[in-house]
Amino acid sequence: MRINGKGLVDRSTPLTFTFDGHSVDAYAGDTVASALLAAEVKLVARSFKYHRPRGVMGAGSEEAGALITVGNGAGQDPNVRATMQEVYSGLETRSQNRWPSLNFDVLSLNDLASPFLSAGFYYKTFMWPKAFWEKLYEPVIRRAAGIGGLSGEHNPDSYEKAYAFCDFLVIGAGSAGLMAALTAGRAGADVILCDEDSIMGGRLNGETYDVGGATGQDWAASTVAELASMDNVRLMTRTTVTGAYDQGTFGALERVSHHLEDRGGRPVECFWRIAAKRSVLAAGSIERPVAFRNNDRPGIMTASAVRTYLNRYGVAPGKAVTVFANNDDAHRTARDLVEAGVHVAGVIDTRRDAPDGDGYEVYKGAEICNSEGRKALEAVTFRYPDGREDKLQTDCLAMSGGWNPSVHMTCHMNGRPVWNEGIQSFVPVDGTVPGMLTAGACNGVFSTHGALTQGIAAAQEALSDLGVKTAKADVPKAEDAPYRLKPLWAVEGKGRAWLDFQNDVTVKDVKLAAAENFRSVEHMKRYTTQGMAPDQGKNSNVAALAVLADATGRGIPETGTTTFRPPYVPVSIAAMGAGSQGIGFAPQRFTTSHKASVEAGAPMVEVGMWYRPSFFPAPGEKTWRQSCDREVNNVRNAVGVCDVSTLGKIDLQGPDVGEFLDFVYTNMFSTLKVGRTRYGLMLREDGTVMDDGTTARMGENHYVMTTTTAAAGPVMRHLEYVHQCLRPDLDVSMISVTEQWAQFAVAGPKSRELLNGLLAEEINSDSWPFMACGEALIQGVKGRLFRISFSGEHAYEVAVPSRYGDSLFRLLVSRAESMGGGAYGMEALNVLRIEKGHITHSEIHGRTNAFDIGFARMVSAKKDCIGKTMSERPGLVGDTREQLVGLKPIGVVKQLTAGAHLFEKGADPVRVNEQGYTTSVGFSPTLETYLGLGFLRNGRARHGEEIQMVDHLRGITTQCVVCDPVFIDPEGGRVRG
Amino acid sequence: MRIKCPHCGERDRREFYYVGDAVALDRPDPDAGDVVWDDYVHNRDNPAGVTRDLWYHESGCSTWIVVTRNTVTHEILKTELASKVKEAMA
Amino acid sequence: MVDLMAKSPCDGLLPVEHGGVSLSEIDMTVLTSVSPYKGQDKALSAALKEAHGMAFPGINRATGKEGARAIWFGQGQAMLIGPDPASSLCVHAAVTDQSDAWVLVRLEGGRAEDVLARLVPVDLRQAAFKRGHTARTQLQHMMISVTRTGDSSFLIMAFRSMAKTLVHDLETAMRGVAARHAG
Repeated sequence: MRINGKGLVDRSTPLTFTFDGHSVDAYAGDTVASALLAAEVKLVARSFKYHRPRGVMGAGSEEAGALITVGNGAGQDPNVRATMQEVYSGLETRSQNRWPSLNFDVLSLNDLASPFLSAGFYYKTFMWPKAFWEKLYEPVIRRAAGIGGLSGEHNPDSYEKAYAFCDFLVIGAGSAGLMAALTAGRAGADVILCDEDSIMGGRLNGETYDVGGATGQDWAASTVAELASMDNVRLMTRTTVTGAYDQGTFGALERVSHHLEDRGGRPVECFWRIAAKRSVLAAGSIERPVAFRNNDRPGIMTASAVRTYLNRYGVAPGKAVTVFANNDDAHRTARDLVEAGVHVAGVIDTRRDAPDGDGYEVYKGAEICNSEGRKALEAVTFRYPDGREDKLQTDCLAMSGGWNPSVHMTCHMNGRPVWNEGIQSFVPVDGTVPGMLTAGACNGVFSTHGALTQGIAAAQEALSDLGVKTAKADVPKAEDAPYRLKPLWAVEGKGRAWLDFQNDVTVKDVKLAAAENFRSVEHMKRYTTQGMAPDQGKNSNVAALAVLADATGRGIPETGTTTFRPPYVPVSIAAMGAGSQGIGFAPQRFTTSHKASVEAGAPMVEVGMWYRPSFFPAPGEKTWRQSCDREVNNVRNAVGVCDVSTLGKIDLQGPDVGEFLDFVYTNMFSTLKVGRTRYGLMLREDGTVMDDGTTARMGENHYVMTTTTAAAGPVMRHLEYVHQCLRPDLDVSMISVTEQWAQFAVAGPKSRELLNGLLAEEINSDSWPFMACGEALIQGVKGRLFRISFSGEHAYEVAVPSRYGDSLFRLLVSRAESMGGGAYGMEALNVLRIEKGHITHSEIHGRTNAFDIGFARMVSAKKDCIGKTMSERPGLVGDTREQLVGLKPIGVVKQLTAGAHLFEKGADPVRVNEQGYTTSVGFSPTLETYLGLGFLRNGRARHGEEIQMVDHLRGITTQCVVCDPVFIDPEGGRVRG
Repeated sequence: MRIKCPHCGERDRREFYYVGDAVALDRPDPDAGDVVWDDYVHNRDNPAGVTRDLWYHESGCSTWIVVTRNTVTHEILKTELASKVKEAMA
Repeated sequence: MVDLMAKSPCDGLLPVEHGGVSLSEIDMTVLTSVSPYKGQDKALSAALKEAHGMAFPGINRATGKEGARAIWFGQGQAMLIGPDPASSLCVHAAVTDQSDAWVLVRLEGGRAEDVLARLVPVDLRQAAFKRGHTARTQLQHMMISVTRTGDSSFLIMAFRSMAKTLVHDLETAMRGVAARHAG
């Protein structure tokens, strides 16, 4: 029911939205909750376990009753609090956790079965038979459980994340937060003020009292206007600070366009990381319900929520409202309602000394003990101090058990709040989050005057820490009523009295937990699920542990609280991972030959972040193997071209580079001649192989190292580590030049012929012998030429500045094609190197050392190097080690697979008999057989032995012969050709 | 978490690569013996309190940094250039 | 002889403009990494001044101007942008050609700071990051160098191979910022 003349909604802008397909009238400024209440829709949702009818209970982010699904299809948002969703024209909302409809819900039968569904029901019931769990229990429970659902489709909405920095972060824009921001803003500090509501002001917008001679609403609005005019103050509405982290870092979720009909390309949400030098928590407090029999019916709300709907939205949540309270504050609800012309059925105050009513009856010393009404509240039963019971016809109950300070953020870094007897709740301890102060209601100060005073004090203290002077500030005149209450957690009596309204945890459940010895508050929480999921303890925590304290005969302070952890409100994974969806997941790295490769029809594969061509299909080729075989043959018989720019290239300069390389490589580099290249092996300090590659000496004090594609980053980091942390005495400079050079392998017997057509100066076997390197003019461009080979053929790598990469690649490929060769991709590259027994990270996979791969003699005896000492440990050498071998199929089955296991011939292929495993396999068109590389126990001594390869996953068993890993040209004649 | 890089100033933790105990700076002689090498490569304290470890400002200035911090309070007490720390050990 | 054709890293990707913020590629130029050898810092700075008219930049600072700039690029490293490096530098420093290793873009416009705030975890607002300030940091997942070159303009450098991702990430942020301030 709307009340004319009340509220901040824009009555001149009517609009409609839908709830479960029904059109609902609303005004701009409404939330779904306020509009549904105005339309007298009481039943909004169903609870989690019993599927009990649920209505709107609160007016903020703590809402645990009215959870709805917003939108339709792929981008739908489940479990949105109706109290937080602002309405717009065309908004579609739905109830959830009901089937087939909200009004008639099959699983509400759970409610009738509730005697059997007490705490721990699942733990006790679905234990055996074991086989039933996976097939029967879990599917049934899963179907019944959960609240809202996702669409199961890819989310089409865009999300954003962002970084912000400030001197002073103010969390919450109620009286305390506004005053803190104003004080700091006027002093010129760099301020961010965040509030989760769509308008700032906090409780002031839901109350009728004055601040500074104006209404609270007007004072808030004018303060916000002053703050908005300051360049040094940043106002962030619809932004919930969700967590406090180390060194003044905060997470904050901004709901950017959930409230807009036309998002116009805006992100839905933005997740902010705010780094603040100082901060103040002014998060306010949350009113707590009272547990009594059937206290969960739609129409039963908190007293402050009723005031908020009346004063801020101009909505009376009922026609005859009853107030149930143990404190003075809740009487405001009755006064505001009467003043607005709404009938107050009565105020039931548990205190015998409660204040008198003005226009409403106060039942002093009485307490509500039951309610009636199936899908909406119809009446409450209350009990006089003498035990007599009476009934009030009412359609809305405004209850208040007092207020709980929102201390959550003060606990995010392991802080524990302490019990305050005066307010019967927990208050924060100073300094639990370094640099963060608390002010106002979250600090247990409930009067407006107190909040304003603390806001000023917090700003002054924070700014004084930062060396910023603040002017003396006057506290605006405001109410300063004392907070008077008599503790009341649960009304005695039969039946179920709710503590956690969403998870359906009742007083009985908590008592049962205590009886079954789940006496620790953390155990009780997990056993009953109290305070889990949507509630997060906001509504139920203090009352539940008061009940637990009572049941275990302890005081509340001894019982303690559970731990509040971030986030304060749910944060969608989409917001946290914003920017990383789809291709944003990781940078894409493209070589200069990418375009030409794609144009040639090559399927591209991801190699780390790089994209590389898998193979280059020729007309008529139907399978990748056909292309791969042809490309291998091209290299073996003519010439092939492959982009190898992705290999890491590190430029090292300085007088001590030789000594430095001797220390990071197992073999000697200081003795390498200028103009020559050498293969190097790099170990980790524990003796395991880290990486391998060639290093060229371009000048006396200038080397260029290559790393594998995968290890380029880690090797650079390692070199910097060795230099800075172990040998800062060495004068060495290093820089990655991976991106500077487009580098292509030109491999095959005709490679020199091809290159000589492009080089300014022709080369021959004397001027560029195997392992020679140097600068060269390629088509007039200054580049580099290395005579190195991964394929085992007479081969070169030619490098030009990347701007020329595309052009040179096309030229090389067209020349190669005219000579009976062409481009080759990753598949052929892999086969070529397997044929030659060259290792990759499939072999140096983090568990193998130099001895295992047959390179023990590469660890120089003449010098120390990283990993040398540890590689000599007894267990890392000898015939118990699995050693690199070659494998060839010899039986009926010709296939080899990588990752298969090796067993002695005829042995049972079980774990205890395992002798080794395969690492790389490929079909060699040169030898017309599959070839494999693998590690076999004492393998080097077993060449010629027959063994079996068993791939348990793919069901393949292949008889193999063990051989040397170099299958082709073991003498190396071709490479020197 | 924010770490003060001696060069770049205070930066978000995401710019850094973490490696472990700063004991790594104290590399033994090759002939120091099995026990010393075992300790150096494998054995680490796991203190509830002050610890020194190595971080690499990988997305920043490529500096290795010795960070002294408290594992209980998460307070960062000191950050130093690893190269300077190493030089001072000589 | 067939000439090799040069292609810029952002070939075909730029310029773009959203909500008054523009992103454009800076013409290919000469980039030279300069790292002083031990004890050569002062001599190198003097040689730089002598040859190119600017000192070796301090930490987190850039010297010079459009066309001839030196940007601090990390521990003991500066990136010389523009001039062909004088051979005198090689006496004091490791000198490495980086002309083709980086993509250089200019982000310009009133809300350029807002765009970068969505991608870069460093405070780049005018008060904290003035003209001539530079930072090695990251942009989304990429290592970058960012330098303020004017009241509302930034020079951003990333690895050449990541040019497409750089443009994608910047453009996504530009669109988001533009949409917030549209209408």
